[in-house]
Amino acid sequence: MAMLELENLRVSFPSAEGPVDVVKGISLSLGRERLGIVGESGSGKSLTGRAILKLINRPGVMHADRLEFDGIDLLSQSERQMRHLRGARLSMVMQDPKFSLHPVMRVGDQIAEALRCHERLRRRDVKARVIEMLEKVRINEPEAVARLYPHQISGGMGQRVMIAMMLIPKPDLLIADEPTSALDVSVQATVLDLIDSLVTDNGMGLMLISHDLNLVARYCDRILVMNAGEVVEECAAGQLQQATHPYTQGLLAAVPQMVEDRDELPVLDRSRWSGT
Amino acid sequence: MNALTLEGVNIAYGHTQVVHDVSFSVASGESFALVGESGSGKSTVLKAIAALATGWSGSIEVAGKPRSREHDKAFARQCQMVFQDPYGSLHPRKTIDTILAEPLQVHGLGNRNTRILDMLNAVGLDKRYRFRFPHQLSGGQRQRVAIARALMLEPSIMLLDEPTSALDVSVQAEILNLLKRLRAEQNLTYLMVSHNLPVVGFMCERMAVMQQGRIVEICDTAALRTGEFTSGYTQELYAASGGAG
Repeated sequence: MAMLELENLRVSFPSAEGPVDVVKGISLSLGRERLGIVGESGSGKSLTGRAILKLINRPGVMHADRLEFDGIDLLSQSERQMRHLRGARLSMVMQDPKFSLHPVMRVGDQIAEALRCHERLRRRDVKARVIEMLEKVRINEPEAVARLYPHQISGGMGQRVMIAMMLIPKPDLLIADEPTSALDVSVQATVLDLIDSLVTDNGMGLMLISHDLNLVARYCDRILVMNAGEVVEECAAGQLQQATHPYTQGLLAAVPQMVEDRDELPVLDRSRWSGT
Repeated sequence: MNALTLEGVNIAYGHTQVVHDVSFSVASGESFALVGESGSGKSTVLKAIAALATGWSGSIEVAGKPRSREHDKAFARQCQMVFQDPYGSLHPRKTIDTILAEPLQVHGLGNRNTRILDMLNAVGLDKRYRFRFPHQLSGGQRQRVAIARALMLEPSIMLLDEPTSALDVSVQAEILNLLKRLRAEQNLTYLMVSHNLPVVGFMCERMAVMQQGRIVEICDTAALRTGEFTSGYTQELYAASGGAG
């Protein structure tokens, strides 16, 4: 059975010319698998991720016909009930560790806070779990790192701390919103391998949101391509190269290759499909 | 003649030395890349050339003349820099027109109206954007403005610090094409910093690989096709970027 069911999701923002739909009726279902969502900035992929956690802030308005997670109807949950689900069962890794970590709180305390919100544990056990989690995300000398502040650690380490924070309550579904776009290629691979192994070991579901097609193809089972608030194509990760929609083909062609013979890169001709 | 020559350059911020004994030269009209991960000192080298990092020793020559440590006007006419983040490098309270006119004002150049219109045209921006503010433009359009500003003084050398890493792949393709076209039209010399090897392969002829403040290898970007590198670190970087290695 699917873990997450989403039907006809719409997110709109008010404007001078009346409400503008940014996400225009998306339906998806997700089991314990790895789903990738790709698209350019402004295609609504991040908003889709946030809407699943009901994290759309005013003045944005979300509306869906159905949003069910593991048999729970999320739409009818109160804000208080949502707080119990977020983090504990559904969690989200944000894009940039520089802005998503609390700047004046020690790294260890932040991770412990995520755990203490959802479980009652003795202080000694909390500390042990935090250290264990930091070890799991391959941080050397976890005791020392837990005492540092976010500005004292590098971007790659910050991203790993965020992943630790999100995984410590053992959620069922992890939504990763561009988890590596602030990182170097060499660190990128480490962080994604880490997410990948944690997801497979714990049997979690993963939703990976990114604008990097090749990266998503490498780490996911299934891919949704979004453009202007709509899903334009859905395919298995292995079949990305055979994509049929002109938008997907355009995105694929625009990436410079390691063996590059083209003098000029093809640019998306935005008039070939509706939207933007 | 070489557009840029660096001989045994060491760069320090305060007491911390970040770049050790860097030497390379870029021929006039060539496109040269500095590659490496964050913290390898590649941006610092650009900053030293542009006099944004002053604690350097060794010799930096620009178009045959030694680079002074101060800002100097003659140098600015020759060499300009484009920064990584188009969201941070444009003044938020100034219109595109004011941003592009500023270098002309500083250098007392006339004929500003036509120069600005020509430049907007050259970087592929419609002239209706001229009196808008940066926040009214998209990331790709802002990067075009940043490139236009750098080209206002008709420099011969451009320092590009990760010009596309803050942009989407589709917009990245547009900016890379633009940079390539401008280089062919105006016979520019590029020194580009990037951690994206395919982008370097597309834009540049030669590259220097940096690790922990030192250059570990200088090679032709043609090596990216075969993956034949002499240094182990380059091999690693190549494999991490998805190259067959």
